[in-house]
Amino acid sequence: MKFGVVVFPGSNCDQDCFYVTKDVLRQSVKYIWHRDTDLDGLDCVILPGGFSYGDYLRTGAIARFSVVMKSITDFSRKGGTVIGICNGFQILLEAGLLPGVMLRNRDLHFICKHIFIKTENNQTRFTNLYNTGQILKIPIAHNEGNYYIDAAGLKELRDNNQIVFRYCSATGEIGNQFNPNGALDNIAGIVNKKGNVLGMMPHPERSCEIELGSQYGYFIFQSIIKWLNRKRIR
Amino acid sequence: MKPDVYHSLGLSDQEYQNILKILKRKPTKTELAMFSVEWSEHCGYLRSRKWLKILPKTGKYKTLIGEDSGGIILDGLAIIFKMESHNHPSQIEPKQGAATGVGGIIRDIFTAGARPIALLDSLRFGSFSQAYNKYLFRGVVDGIQFYGNCVGVPTVGGEIYFDKSYTGNCLVNAMCIGIAKKDKLVRARAIGKGNPIMYVGSSTGRDGIGGCSILASHEFKEGEEKRPTVQIGDPFTEKCLIEATLEAINTGYIVGIKDMGAAGLTCCTSEMASAGNSGMDIELQAVPRREENMEPWELMMSESQERMLVCIKKGKENQIKKIFLKWDLNASIIGKVTDDRLITIRDNDKIVAQIKAHSLTKAPVYDMPYKKPRYLRKLNKLELSKILEPKDYNKVLLKLLAAPSITNKAWVYEQYDHMVQTNTLVLPGSDAAVLRLKGTKKAIAATTDCNSRYCFLNPYRGAQIAVAEAARNLICSGAHPVAVTDCLNFGNPEKPESFWQFKSCVEGIADACRFFNIAVVSGNVSFYNESPQSAINPTPTIGMIGIINDINKICSQNFKQEGDVIILLGYCREELGASEYLQEIHNLTKGDAPQLDLKLEQAVQKTALKAIEKGLVNSTHDCSEGGLAVALAECCISNKDKMIGANINKLNYDMRLDVLLFGESQSRIILSCSKDSVEKVRKIALEFKAPFYVIGKTGGRVLRILNDTEELIYLSLEDLSEEWMGALKKEIEG
Repeated sequence: MKFGVVVFPGSNCDQDCFYVTKDVLRQSVKYIWHRDTDLDGLDCVILPGGFSYGDYLRTGAIARFSVVMKSITDFSRKGGTVIGICNGFQILLEAGLLPGVMLRNRDLHFICKHIFIKTENNQTRFTNLYNTGQILKIPIAHNEGNYYIDAAGLKELRDNNQIVFRYCSATGEIGNQFNPNGALDNIAGIVNKKGNVLGMMPHPERSCEIELGSQYGYFIFQSIIKWLNRKRIR
Repeated sequence: MKPDVYHSLGLSDQEYQNILKILKRKPTKTELAMFSVEWSEHCGYLRSRKWLKILPKTGKYKTLIGEDSGGIILDGLAIIFKMESHNHPSQIEPKQGAATGVGGIIRDIFTAGARPIALLDSLRFGSFSQAYNKYLFRGVVDGIQFYGNCVGVPTVGGEIYFDKSYTGNCLVNAMCIGIAKKDKLVRARAIGKGNPIMYVGSSTGRDGIGGCSILASHEFKEGEEKRPTVQIGDPFTEKCLIEATLEAINTGYIVGIKDMGAAGLTCCTSEMASAGNSGMDIELQAVPRREENMEPWELMMSESQERMLVCIKKGKENQIKKIFLKWDLNASIIGKVTDDRLITIRDNDKIVAQIKAHSLTKAPVYDMPYKKPRYLRKLNKLELSKILEPKDYNKVLLKLLAAPSITNKAWVYEQYDHMVQTNTLVLPGSDAAVLRLKGTKKAIAATTDCNSRYCFLNPYRGAQIAVAEAARNLICSGAHPVAVTDCLNFGNPEKPESFWQFKSCVEGIADACRFFNIAVVSGNVSFYNESPQSAINPTPTIGMIGIINDINKICSQNFKQEGDVIILLGYCREELGASEYLQEIHNLTKGDAPQLDLKLEQAVQKTALKAIEKGLVNSTHDCSEGGLAVALAECCISNKDKMIGANINKLNYDMRLDVLLFGESQSRIILSCSKDSVEKVRKIALEFKAPFYVIGKTGGRVLRILNDTEELIYLSLEDLSEEWMGALKKEIEG
């Protein structure tokens, strides 16, 4: 498989995503500079975490205007696999590739810690190796992860089974006290209607090797590889 | 020139006379400004240099001592690190003060060619009972998260202490660690006549003018307004600067590079030229600027952040320029290297300053008088009989666990991205942070330590303890301690009592480091940490790095399983001086610092390390503030997802019980291991002649401590955890 990791000025998880795809997943991977337009030959594009353009304005608000975003929009329209992690998720929202917006965390602090999320939909190319309801321990690190969408939008997300991950307790209970940032409906990750674009606040690339404390994120990448392999065989 | 002109720049009459002698004429305004910043205490180390020479520069590993940082060589890797203070700016504007402290120390690391991989912060504030201290605390934490998170370097550890001596002068000491292939390191020097000098990074404004001379080299006086001297941080630019600089260094065309930190352009031009035994000819019109009508002296003094000066191989300037432009950074050639050893500054070709580089960088050395303070004789005396023994030890333990200096700091470190770069193997909250070195089996451990109350009551021993404890913390994670960076925070060096504290602490560090064969590879001195109320406690913060040879042999402080045997290495002595218990419960800063026997310390450390490396122990924790009882409680509750109780039923001491529980005897480590390993650990202890005591067992939902048959502590894990985990958040957020 060929992965591409987008580098905006201020991205700071690009090297982590690159490392995971190359050294842990043993896949081929290249960096995509924010001024690049050529995504040819890529199977999956990763928008990594960080502070694109410093995020001194609203998170992702400037990154959406960068040259590469037009190519990524075309890539996703053609059904290409796109995953936005943390700041990448925020950029996908600003670019309109996913619905909704991000507000500041409920407690108005940056939060970095391991939390738990529940797999709500395992029928996606990102989650096919999980069981429905499976609980994943995985780190978050963000200031703006408080997902919001209007009532109609939320209904649509629910009706189309687009909510992929929800924050939960270690035993899978859903509730305000297990929601780290105040996200509406405890949403931690969603896909677009077509199911080829995933945005998630937790960092799967920080959760691929057991010595880092959890390995659940690994299976998101493995799910993508499995799905792409199957597609190729067909 | 009128004295009030150079006085206002922080220069003394004597120094002005010196300048006249060096120049053999009156200085221009720009020259005077340049001398004033280079000869400031902050940049020139006028008062400390004589004593810093006694610190050991070699140790177990090959050391590297650079212009702005230092490090060690491990296999083919260079591990570069340094700690630096940003106290005065943080006291005035806590968010930007702390943020630019972080930014500055990161630049010291990547200008050496090393990728910054971790940050630690040692912070000190006055008591929360004063609202301004709370504001400072929140602001400093906010500044560190603002800068560190954005720039993508994980903040993995540090320490936070509270003491009334820091009211009016908080301390913010930031440490950064970086790694590089050893053949990719660069120096901060300019050599090669005709090589171009390029300015890269942010543009120059009027922020931070006189930061090092007027702000950092004087104490705070009543009613002073110094905010304009504080710089403003831009972590986004810094992130781009990191990537561009490392990319540029990788080309091999960089001859030398230096951060424009304190004293800005003056410091870079004079120190790079001086280090290369060269001169430099600079045209100020080429300096990118963000404000109009800046005078030459303002350009030379500005401390605008995120800027660097680069010396490039002649003919390669366009290749280097392209890299910086790709990252949307300024890159402007502002001059060239000369062989006349002069710093020549031109404005529109007109010379506005011309000074020998060496005369700027070789600031005068002052031999300062020192005197042991008289108050110590009285303070060092502690009559135990006059200290009331508490009736309820449980209450005391809960109170200590909630004390700001002891309580869990998750409220702080969860605001810091401590995982980015995916190297953090031991997360914040244990004795030391551990970072893997990708592509090897090895890891490095890092910690910062200093108990300033010990240093106040006994500076020499307090400083030795800071070194010993830092080493102990590293040992507890399974690391071999190898090198130190020190950040020496003191009061006004012109007062003999203050200077005695400084001198004694430096001697303590030097002697302890020599004993452990640990090199001091970098450091920083911050004097004039005084407010109208008082000077700070002497605070020689020790940042120490250790090497873990096998990442599968890492240890952490929390008990891992029920039924393990708990072992105490070391002695509990009947000593209570300088303890957190005396301070928190009896409101006393009194007595002497705990005893320290370096040979005993080494025996205990060697035993613990060998036991860890042989895979015999499941947890290791150092006994420090709050003594045995607090350390045991932390072992029980520091993994909140898996708390495990303990029954300590084999203590049998004939001493005051509050001293047994809360005394801070040094050289003690608590281990836990399975039943089968106890004898093997005992053998190791025998080999190194370390005191070894089985004191109890893990298990249950309670921490219970007996002495002989008397029950002293009986507390549920939930009660312990509520105090320890919850106190800080409650204090700050209400």
